[in-house]
Amino acid sequence: MTTQALLINLGGVLTSAGPIVFAATGETISERAGVINLSMNGMILLTAMGGFAAALATNNLAVGFVAGALIGAAVAAVVAFASITLKQSQVAVGFVLALLCRDLSYFLGSPIMGKTGPRLSIAPLPFLSDIPVVGTLFFRQDVMTYLSFLVIFGAWIFVFHTRPGLMLRGIGERPAAAYVRGANVNRLRYFYTILGGAIAGLAGPVYSLSVKAGWKGTISGLDGIGWIVLAITIFGGWKPLRAAFGAYLFAFLQWFGLFLQPALPGIPAQVLQVAPFPLMILTLLLVNFGDADWVARTLSHLPEPARRPLARLLRALHATPPASLGTPFEPE
Amino acid sequence: MHKAGWSAALFQIGGILSALLLTTVVLVASKAPPFAAFANIILGSVGTWNNFSQVLVSWVPLLLSTAGLLITFAVGLWNIGIEGQITLGGIFTTWALRLLQTSGWNPALIIAVAIAAGVVGGVLWAMLAGALKTFGGVNEIFGGLGLNFVAMAINLWLIFGPWKRPGIASMSGTMPFAQSLWLPTVTPQSSLSLAAVVIAVVSILVVFGLIQGTYFGLRMKAVGRNPRAAHLLGIPTWQYMMASFALCGVFAGLAGAVQVTSVYHRLIPAISSGYGYLGLMVAMLVNYQAAWAAPVALFFAALNVGSIQLPIVLRLDSSLGGVLQDTLVLFVVLAQGFRRRFQKRTGDEQ
Repeated sequence: MTTQALLINLGGVLTSAGPIVFAATGETISERAGVINLSMNGMILLTAMGGFAAALATNNLAVGFVAGALIGAAVAAVVAFASITLKQSQVAVGFVLALLCRDLSYFLGSPIMGKTGPRLSIAPLPFLSDIPVVGTLFFRQDVMTYLSFLVIFGAWIFVFHTRPGLMLRGIGERPAAAYVRGANVNRLRYFYTILGGAIAGLAGPVYSLSVKAGWKGTISGLDGIGWIVLAITIFGGWKPLRAAFGAYLFAFLQWFGLFLQPALPGIPAQVLQVAPFPLMILTLLLVNFGDADWVARTLSHLPEPARRPLARLLRALHATPPASLGTPFEPE
Repeated sequence: MHKAGWSAALFQIGGILSALLLTTVVLVASKAPPFAAFANIILGSVGTWNNFSQVLVSWVPLLLSTAGLLITFAVGLWNIGIEGQITLGGIFTTWALRLLQTSGWNPALIIAVAIAAGVVGGVLWAMLAGALKTFGGVNEIFGGLGLNFVAMAINLWLIFGPWKRPGIASMSGTMPFAQSLWLPTVTPQSSLSLAAVVIAVVSILVVFGLIQGTYFGLRMKAVGRNPRAAHLLGIPTWQYMMASFALCGVFAGLAGAVQVTSVYHRLIPAISSGYGYLGLMVAMLVNYQAAWAAPVALFFAALNVGSIQLPIVLRLDSSLGGVLQDTLVLFVVLAQGFRRRFQKRTGDEQ
């Protein structure tokens, strides 16, 4: 493979990671506020179908993306209502919605299955796209991929470098303290869950209008991605930049699996496509290992030159969830 | 007390009616005749003996996975990895059958050993999720989901690799076993096996007795309610969690074994057929109580089978059955929340 071909392929990895970036950023914001939106897997399917249907009906791509964001926000609103107002288990409601959205997308989407609709085209940025290497990688993309770059940095700046972002972290970590300081915890949780849902809702249309254009029902190949997104959120340690890194790593591994295919004729294609999932478990293990007593004990027996880099690696990977994640807040 | 019971029932009925209403709206929105669709689901499930026997075929693995999940729910665990546990049950059963099919043993013995092997597979996979949770700190939901995909990968690899049909490897699965290795069925044409129904019924009774009538069950529920308090009371919490994973694996493995020995007679890519996730839905709908599991699982199985004909008769996608199941669970969960809010409000006024 020539350098230019490799660069184009890697640029493609950035494109195909776009939907995962939107979904993982949305989930990170929602979980930062203390609400787990477990419906992600079905929500991606429903927004992919709904976004494609809307774009097909109006022959307007923008309408498709807006429809996806609205559907994502609506599903998130149900999660917020059930968990914040009705105090039901977030996991239970999210799981039911994951299945409901999936079945709804298959049922409502069957009339538009296999139709060809509008598709997002590449829009190279003037001047920037001519920069060697960097231009090919980052600036010969479509509009939504550019937006995914912006969303990563926007979320990072918002969460860690603004006052409202500080409050967002506050209502997820110590809601009682945020409440005392004047925050309307439950109203903010509603807001951020729905905002996170709207951002994540872009994931579906980015698939159905760009990365995997069209709606193909059960063989769309989108069933399962939402679960990966939830794992990437954990891998990301509830930080937008690290979550984005996880999304790119996942997309890279999927591409690499296909790339290796000709070299490994003994392994069926279907197996290589699920290869990132065992890796996901491994990374989750590494993220959590720092907490286990027996890991610390085992490490202390190792010789110094081996112990130190291992301990440093585990500490770097380690992440703790927002302290009040999944628990309702009741003001006195 | 009596009044609370009535209001609970009212909210429950309200939830069910809202679910039917929403499904009707979905049908109208997709320009389909709602009544014809509902009538078709009912006729498709109980209209003929043949259809109803299909419902029972689907009831068996669903009831088995629900039975297992009631145990993990009792200790407060969300064993979403049950799909993979069913798959491993199917894989181990197929493995045993492949090893023993030329052994010349009595076929009944071979089938029994194969089902036992399926149980071992389910238990091993469940213990793996349990170990990830206990020793690795990986939440059982994410560990379980990851293991589901790993199980799927192993299954596909076996079907397309070492166990592929001579000549052609395909999504239709491995080479079917000789008829002598099938669980005997009620009639030659149907795949309904009396033995499988007995296994499922005995399983749910065992789980009901275990949770409601034993000291072990009581301590499991104590761990589920408040692990810290249970630990302070001297209950070995992580051992109880591991035990409940292992027990759930038994029933998941049985579900996989039944799928191979009585329904498909071979290993197929979708051997778990989503019964694990559906079992989670049934468990939620019965509010994690074993008493109602059997009838509700039967109803869900009827919706599954009843919607199979929809594409042929009404040109509707068969996922309608799933939509109805999911909205039912969603609205019943929401109705519980509304009831609690309502009771709290009326309680405040007194």
